[in-house]
Amino acid sequence: MWSLIQIELYKIFRRPRTYIAFGAIAALIVIIQFGLKIDGDTYAGFLMKDIKDTLTVDGKVLNGYLICYILLQLLLVHVPLLVALIAADMISGEANLGTLRLLFTTPYSRTHWVLAKFIAASMYTILLLIWLAFLALFASMWIFGTDDLFLMKSNYVVLIEQSDVLWRYIGAFVFASFSLLTVTSLGFLMSSLSSNSVGPIVGTMSAIVFFTILSTLNIPLFNIVKPYLFTTHMNNWKEFFDIKVNIDNEAIRGSILNIPKIKTSIMVLTLHIILFVTASVIIIKKKDILS
Amino acid sequence: MPMHSMAQTDPLIEKVSQKLAQVNDYVAEGVMKTDVSFIKASLGKVKIYFKKPNLLKVKKEGGISLLPRGGVSLTINTLLNTRQYTTIPAGNQLLNGKNLTVIKLIPTDDNLDWVISTLWIDPVEALVYKTATTTKENGSYEITMQYGEYAKQGLASKIIFSFNTKDYKLPNGITLEFGDEDPTAKQKVLKNKKGTIEITYSKYTINKGIPNNIF
Amino acid sequence: MFGVLCYKFCMAVIKVENISKHFGALKAVDNLSFEVEAGQVFGFLGQNGSGKSTTIRMLLSLIHPSSGSIELFGKSIQKNRASILEQVGAIIERPDLYPYLSATEHLQLFAKVRKQKIEASRIIDTLTQVGLSHRAQDKVQTFSLGMKQRLGIAIALVHNPSLIILDEPTNGLDPQGIADIRALIQHLAKEEGKTIFVSSHLLSEIEQVANQILIIHQGKKMVEGVTKELLDPEKRIVQIKTMDDVKALAIIVAGGFSQYLLTRKEGIFLKLPTTAIPVLNESLVQSGIAVLGIETKNSLEDYFLQITSNA
Repeated sequence: MWSLIQIELYKIFRRPRTYIAFGAIAALIVIIQFGLKIDGDTYAGFLMKDIKDTLTVDGKVLNGYLICYILLQLLLVHVPLLVALIAADMISGEANLGTLRLLFTTPYSRTHWVLAKFIAASMYTILLLIWLAFLALFASMWIFGTDDLFLMKSNYVVLIEQSDVLWRYIGAFVFASFSLLTVTSLGFLMSSLSSNSVGPIVGTMSAIVFFTILSTLNIPLFNIVKPYLFTTHMNNWKEFFDIKVNIDNEAIRGSILNIPKIKTSIMVLTLHIILFVTASVIIIKKKDILS
Repeated sequence: MPMHSMAQTDPLIEKVSQKLAQVNDYVAEGVMKTDVSFIKASLGKVKIYFKKPNLLKVKKEGGISLLPRGGVSLTINTLLNTRQYTTIPAGNQLLNGKNLTVIKLIPTDDNLDWVISTLWIDPVEALVYKTATTTKENGSYEITMQYGEYAKQGLASKIIFSFNTKDYKLPNGITLEFGDEDPTAKQKVLKNKKGTIEITYSKYTINKGIPNNIF
Repeated sequence: MFGVLCYKFCMAVIKVENISKHFGALKAVDNLSFEVEAGQVFGFLGQNGSGKSTTIRMLLSLIHPSSGSIELFGKSIQKNRASILEQVGAIIERPDLYPYLSATEHLQLFAKVRKQKIEASRIIDTLTQVGLSHRAQDKVQTFSLGMKQRLGIAIALVHNPSLIILDEPTNGLDPQGIADIRALIQHLAKEEGKTIFVSSHLLSEIEQVANQILIIHQGKKMVEGVTKELLDPEKRIVQIKTMDDVKALAIIVAGGFSQYLLTRKEGIFLKLPTTAIPVLNESLVQSGIAVLGIETKNSLEDYFLQITSNA
């Protein structure tokens, strides 16, 4: 099995297309970092408009930790599209190329190949996330320095001490890996249904966009299905950055406000991954390879 | 009720001022607690720098501090050191078991930010226990003080700033939060519109000189 | 030892029984049966779209048959896929490869999925065998169709399989390339004892290498037999239509007239010297079988052309 994963990884990283996502993420992050470096104070001022009426905020608000949070907010919406570019091409791309029949006439079963492909696509996804973490977090920490994380949420602000931040990012990135692996598995499922690359890629992107809209619209009818949609849960990495307060309204160091919410989201996402991958295996096993 | 000009300062205010005049500068260490309904912040260590006549700076050690807008600079030292005010005695009041003399200050210099300030002073100790100040631009706030080891110099061991907070709301489109909102936070915003910031001082270093660039 | 010898000489390497494949209303393969013995070069002939590739894909478990059974090396391909495919090398239709990988990288990649370790020297030898050693490091996107075809064959050979399935291996090759592949097939069969199943839509390509030929048309078997016999100019293909084909077939077999070819609803097809035709006719009539018609065809080539031109 490891040989198959190696083969799939080898193929992924020999393809020029693979590096588009890495390049796109780097370009987006560098542009945002550059913008915030040049004119970040205006942006911070805009965010703190309401607060500044009451309070003076003293310190380095626009530090590496906040920059990373801003970047994740913006990018974790778009990275799934980049993941789809590879994941949705894993099977259909080879069907289109005609090489799928070469793989499926080797002594390994289709299940082996499908799982190897999924694991390889997952490793690519994780690498993309590590790349994102490296640029968004560590490069921002290096460029902007670190300080407490001053987060402006919709209804309140959270001030997390500097020493209490890094582990939250680790948690958030682990959570994000579940989100992105759900996208990988969805792309994979789409990929198993088609013999051309474009359909599954567009299909996956459309599904993400469609379900994201359902998840964000606050319409009672949609609220019934929301808890079951993976897109509702994908953004819950933010929960790592909400903190509990005690009776005196003091934030409790090292606490997370809503751990059950994170657990539920991880469970829902994992179920989606299992469902999508199992469906892919079944479809591919039953499929006649005509390409 | 007789008006006292600057030359005819209320003797009690004069007594307080003299006490405060012993302090040219200080650096104090303390712990700051922020209690504002829409802010979740933990206790933070702070350093407070003061230099005559009215320079004051609160710095959080390696972190971000949230302070009442314009309020911190108007502590009792900075208020009285300007010496540009007239005083109006306003009787006595019992506060936390102490019989305190109430004196109102009105600035004589139009350039000062505050409009009126009421001081609750212990006439025996010549210590100010509470001030209520209305400013031109930054609203009204109260400062309550407790004294301990440094009472002789008129320096508080604990200061509580109380101030009114405005509504806080950022559109979801900016915060990109589309999930269900934290209901407890919402309730708090509606219930409590008063914020406090509490600084408990642990140590003062007095009259050792502070460079101006700190402020 | 006997077991090995018997496997080598007694057992059918491929045994296909009554396989059919339907794609909706289309019957791509219709009740096809044949056997390929060890060491044979088996020519699988049919025009484009006749069901050759579908059959080959079923042999390799790429397509699931709608009905029927397939055994390779005496074992069901459905149940023993992995162990069977370890001994099989195949190219199917077009030589589709990874454009961003080199010839050597392709062989390294496919060598990796085999149980036995494949040495680097074997990879070089295989590329030399197919005449690609001079382009070993070049990316496939720079290859001509013929070169891709050669690399496809190299992939099929690199793990030294005992059964080689080649679907239209000379597609896209120039005359020299065709001759090279022909020589390679003969070498593999004669010198290395491989069993080779080779398909083509051109009889001329198959007849020189195959010792057994099967012609398929519209998914059905039309003719099967030993190449030499089928192509013997002294013998003609004879189509006999009687009132009772089953009984007639028994008489033909009992009388030793010909190697039986096949029965279809159009009649019985056999290969006979022209002089034997009246004798057969007489035998049938004497046995009380009404002969409706006897038709001779000039040669296998004519017959093949006739089938294909009818389509």
